[in-house]
Amino acid sequence: MLAHYLQLGLRSLRRNPMLTALMVMAIGFGVAASMITWSVFRVVSGNPIPDKSEALYTALIDNRGPQYNNAGNEPPEALDYDEAVALIRARKAAHQTLFYNIGLSVMPEGSHDLPLNASGYATNTDFFNMFEVPFQYGGAWTAADDDARAAVAIISSDLNNKLFGGANSVGREVTFDQHTYRIIGVTGHWDPKPRYFDVFAGMTYAEPPDVYIPFTRAIDLKIDTSGRNNCGGAPVHIESAEAWLHRQCAWIPVWVELSTKADAQRYLDFLTAYAAEQQRAGHFNWPPNVRLRSVMNWLDFEHVVPPESRISLFVSVGFFVICMVNTIGLLLAKFMRRSAEIGVRRALGATRREVYEQFLMEAATVGLAGGMLGLILTAIGMQGVSLLFEPEIARLAHLDFSLLVMAIGVAVLAALIAAFYPSWRAAQVQPAWQLKSN
Amino acid sequence: MQIKPILTAMRHHKAGTILIAFQIALTLAIVCNALFIIQQRVTRVMRPSGVEEANLFAIDNQWADSASVQNVGAQIRADLTALRQLGSVQDAYATNSFPLRGWGWDNYVRLRPDQVHRTSDSAIFFTDDHTLATLGVKLIEGRNFTSSEAHDVSIKTLAAWPEIIISKDLAKKTFPDGHAVGKPLYVNSDASPSVVVGVTDTLQSHMTDSDITPFAYDAVLVPGYLLQGMTRYVIRARPGQLQAAMRDAKRALVTQSRMRIIDPKDGVRTFAQVRAKAYERDYGMAMLMGIVSVVLLAITAAGIVGLTSFWVGQRRKQIGIRRALGATRADILSYFLTENAMIGGCGVIVGILLALGINLWMVMRFEMAHLSGLYVLIAAAILLLLGQGAVLAPALRASRVSPVEATRPA
Repeated sequence: MLAHYLQLGLRSLRRNPMLTALMVMAIGFGVAASMITWSVFRVVSGNPIPDKSEALYTALIDNRGPQYNNAGNEPPEALDYDEAVALIRARKAAHQTLFYNIGLSVMPEGSHDLPLNASGYATNTDFFNMFEVPFQYGGAWTAADDDARAAVAIISSDLNNKLFGGANSVGREVTFDQHTYRIIGVTGHWDPKPRYFDVFAGMTYAEPPDVYIPFTRAIDLKIDTSGRNNCGGAPVHIESAEAWLHRQCAWIPVWVELSTKADAQRYLDFLTAYAAEQQRAGHFNWPPNVRLRSVMNWLDFEHVVPPESRISLFVSVGFFVICMVNTIGLLLAKFMRRSAEIGVRRALGATRREVYEQFLMEAATVGLAGGMLGLILTAIGMQGVSLLFEPEIARLAHLDFSLLVMAIGVAVLAALIAAFYPSWRAAQVQPAWQLKSN
Repeated sequence: MQIKPILTAMRHHKAGTILIAFQIALTLAIVCNALFIIQQRVTRVMRPSGVEEANLFAIDNQWADSASVQNVGAQIRADLTALRQLGSVQDAYATNSFPLRGWGWDNYVRLRPDQVHRTSDSAIFFTDDHTLATLGVKLIEGRNFTSSEAHDVSIKTLAAWPEIIISKDLAKKTFPDGHAVGKPLYVNSDASPSVVVGVTDTLQSHMTDSDITPFAYDAVLVPGYLLQGMTRYVIRARPGQLQAAMRDAKRALVTQSRMRIIDPKDGVRTFAQVRAKAYERDYGMAMLMGIVSVVLLAITAAGIVGLTSFWVGQRRKQIGIRRALGATRADILSYFLTENAMIGGCGVIVGILLALGINLWMVMRFEMAHLSGLYVLIAAAILLLLGQGAVLAPALRASRVSPVEATRPA
């Protein structure tokens, strides 16, 4: 019977082409606007590391005093060298990593071009396992390499393609900034979005990193950060390269892995104790002010979701609601125009329920058609996402199977919801009255 | 016009009336907030940078050996000499950052060394005697730097900067009495102050984020060449020779030395590109809100046409009777126009309340400004006119219903 109603519905679509077109367009535009903005929102607000987001924390310590902190006496968003190294040495978490941004030059072999820029991180061995970096060839360097300040490097498959034509380059040598490194691993494609661990340097939506070298080696070579260095307005006295390394500025994020809440609490206690010790030693003239933020908490705190994304999502949903209100009105007009037809059907023995079902099915066909139009408009609109967001974000938004199903599903559901009242009104038509007035 | 019969008739199609009013209300609420967002974004984009942007471009030059950046001072000077000698180039200077770049170095500015709270958070631009001419920024007070004042500055041995030039807005903030030249400011070291030797006309900082707007026009110009991994050249081409100058400049730098990285994709950018990048979210947001508003108004108008047409069709017999009893075409026309105006009026009133509510929520949620009444009024007027326009066609059709209809079965 439902199939028959579907047929009736399709036929009815053709009967009032203007009204039908209006409804299909309203639903189509509403669905498209919501889907486009949603496709961006789900990327920027997504969980970049779902299986570990509750186990990874960034550790923050106020190392320059409350007078230089932002509202709410929040400590700086990264650590200075002394605090970062102290936390790594303490080994109070299952895994702990520290890093800073580097931009190195590398000469493609046999090339006559200018050197390439390879950006990435100076970090330690735990980075790769904590942030789940996949490897195409080889693997991470060891803690022993960290301690030995070894000249080893890990490169991305992308850089490996440029330098070695994609061959297994493990064991080969590469020159960054006039210094030679032995390649110990080649990462597979790895590009978590948003890049939760490097929000501090504004690399949230940046291109994937190309190179990793040991933090200890980078410090020995006096490689400067290519990322952010935030002294927060505190006066900095620097007379030498050594003093520059120990400056009271935030430039090194530290992340720790703590599998249970109890571990996290213990680590927070350790941080507090550490800051208290610094206060006793006279390094800090203020009470301990520390934070331990999990991945999602950190992303939220840093306002990683651009306000434009939220506003456009809200506006689109509002737009969709208006489209639905519009559809209700039009369906009402369309259905009530057929009062006579309904009267005849009811007089011939159709129950209210049957009338109700028929009209709901008719609305569903409108929804289906609207969904199709919505999909086409979404596909077109996706090209326009780059107008609203920088290319780094825009390229992340894409039309996939789940969005496809969702667009059709939302359109049909919206049409059905919109049809509840008009169909009910149609089912209430009094057969006697209609027949009499005819 | 008789209001009472209209009210009585409305009671017979309550659902449709409420739906149209509700749709108008929602549309109004969204459209006036959208208009307001457009206006705010456009205002941001339209504010002047203070720089003469035509014929200006920038090169991001990364030194290939980051370990030896302490020695690039001589190379920067040689690069600048080569750039300034190019036929297509009018002037050039080397810096760490420039207006509208988005990222850069900013320092707290204090009037006294023991002052804890900042007077401003100001952009730090490293410059030389060619900077003002290259940017096309005028000096409104004091003097320009001399060529001998631009020393090599290592980031690792920061001493106080003896002389600085500041932007007009920073001068106004720090010395409201209007005499900044010769006065000390603490911008770097709290051991010794920098003396203001000049004040520029309006000059925007590198900061374009909305949350640091209070400091958007605060800039400190420091004489010197900052020795770090990235040196940026800002170059003014001779009028009409921008493309040639961009090509020549890159070639001249590579001829000087190949130990540098200039990104083939965005290493060389015109100032127009810099501006577009700085405001791309604003352009995008304004465009999105514009499209949403237009489509929304179109859909609402279409909805009004659809429902009114239905009502006219439903009431042909009644209209025929009224016509037979002596009502003129104008009476019928004004009946439908008045009915629609009443529904629209209700919708607009509800919509205004809704719009203010949404704005209040956005103010709290996104730190947006309060909606100005002007935009509410504009949107309300647009919607009322749109409603009357949409109802015109069906109402005219109704007015053409012949009195004969009264005698026909429905």
